[in-house]
Amino acid sequence: MTAAATTPPPPRWVRFTPLQRVGRFAAYLITVAAVVWSMKTIEIIPEFLYDAPEQTLDLFQRMWPFDWSYYPKAIHAALIETFHIATLGTLLSLAVAVPFAVLGARNVTPVPVLNGLAKFVFVASRSVNSLIWALLFVAILGPGALAGTLAIACRSIGFVGKLLSEALEEARPGPIEALTALGAPAGHLLLKGYWPQIEPAFWSVTLLRWDINIRESSVLGLVGAGGIGVALDAALSNLYWDQAGLILAIILAVVLAVEVLTSAIRRRIM
Amino acid sequence: MSAPAPHPDPFPAHWAARGLKLLVVAYALYAASTLDLTWTRFVSGLDHGAAFIARMFPPQTAPDKLQLLYEGTLESLQIAILATFFGVALSLPLGFLAARNLMPRAVCWAARGAIALCRSLHPVIVAILFVKAVGFGALAGALALVVASLGFISKLFSEAIEDIDMKPVEAARAAGGSFLGVTIMAVIPQVAARFIGFSSYQFDSNLRNSTMVGIVGGGGIGAPLFTAYQRFDYDFVLTILITVIALVLATEALTGRLRRLFQ
Repeated sequence: MTAAATTPPPPRWVRFTPLQRVGRFAAYLITVAAVVWSMKTIEIIPEFLYDAPEQTLDLFQRMWPFDWSYYPKAIHAALIETFHIATLGTLLSLAVAVPFAVLGARNVTPVPVLNGLAKFVFVASRSVNSLIWALLFVAILGPGALAGTLAIACRSIGFVGKLLSEALEEARPGPIEALTALGAPAGHLLLKGYWPQIEPAFWSVTLLRWDINIRESSVLGLVGAGGIGVALDAALSNLYWDQAGLILAIILAVVLAVEVLTSAIRRRIM
Repeated sequence: MSAPAPHPDPFPAHWAARGLKLLVVAYALYAASTLDLTWTRFVSGLDHGAAFIARMFPPQTAPDKLQLLYEGTLESLQIAILATFFGVALSLPLGFLAARNLMPRAVCWAARGAIALCRSLHPVIVAILFVKAVGFGALAGALALVVASLGFISKLFSEAIEDIDMKPVEAARAAGGSFLGVTIMAVIPQVAARFIGFSSYQFDSNLRNSTMVGIVGGGGIGAPLFTAYQRFDYDFVLTILITVIALVLATEALTGRLRRLFQ
């Protein structure tokens, strides 16, 4: 009896340390405070809201029926151009991203300075929106599909490069060690050691980015960088909603089709 | 002594894949030929580029411009916060409806259709439609980003729910739990941490896009940016870009910490 009384009680299991609890509570508090602050201070003009249902109805009435005669006149060529921008931009970004991915993978390039350089390129590429890249290239090269292609390429380098260098870092070291033991030069290590291991990831990342780029290149025309956005911008500024509606429907159909296609291919290769 | 059996080639030639690659190269050459790439354009581009960069420096810091910058950036931040909050709140139910392991097939396909629709249009295009519906200003931009958030978080959330361990769900059902009880006690605890991760990623994404919806009238810093660009005030463009990039990187660092906290 006395023995039972002196045994220390079993340690109480707690899910989080006190510091974690405080941190979590602070995170919740900040979130709530941020939402409340935004709700109170955001400028919304209530007069505009009263007729929102009518405006929406009016929007659809103006859009329907679509002006199909506009398709052969302007939309078809613009659609093909959008496709070119997205595809060429993706290919171009691959050409730049692959060398930087090799430099950025710590197991392939064990030089911290080069890893840092690659990481900097990826962050710089990703932190600028593709529309802003497009603004910059339009200012330099003038309006057109070339500016759009370069914008898409610049925006994609970071995405593709980051994912590829992560795939390289996850490669199993066994085959690499075997090749090194046989005295294979660096080129063979990359081509026969790393490449077969990351090939599925490479195609998967490429297709994923291509899918995203199709979507992104549809708006580049709003800032003059070519593609179907130019046709959309023209229709909108002339208030030809029946043409704008047709363009939106076509973008929707193309994006959905591309997504179904790429996700089917990615499921097969992964 | 017979010769050893020949090894199979470890890297057999894959002719279909080679053909496909050749096709892609041929396409790239053709597509590049439509881009109007000429040497004179390249040379004049270099000149334009040099002039462009020269006009960007030094960055504009006049007090009235800084006031404009401050208001626009603040509005972008508000748009991102509200869009993430309401987008996340709405994608909870939508994500549940789209999870194949909890919902009947018909409901699930309808929800998946809605999610695909939300994802397929670029937020800036959705913003154009909302500007027409609710007028110029932050509300249109916020609504467009709510739609974008719905598309991304609901999809990830429904996939997270499909990955859960069904044993607690079966146990809760066997004990007579109602649908709501099963959801709260057996499903949510398994996905809550990942859900917070998705939401914080979406906040990063919304903040990037909230600086863009202003180009079509959706509020935020995009409008001053585009105006400055069209007026060739490239020094103010640079000021805005530096601010936006710093803001995006700072919030990314912050949400990264948040994700580690909730793992």
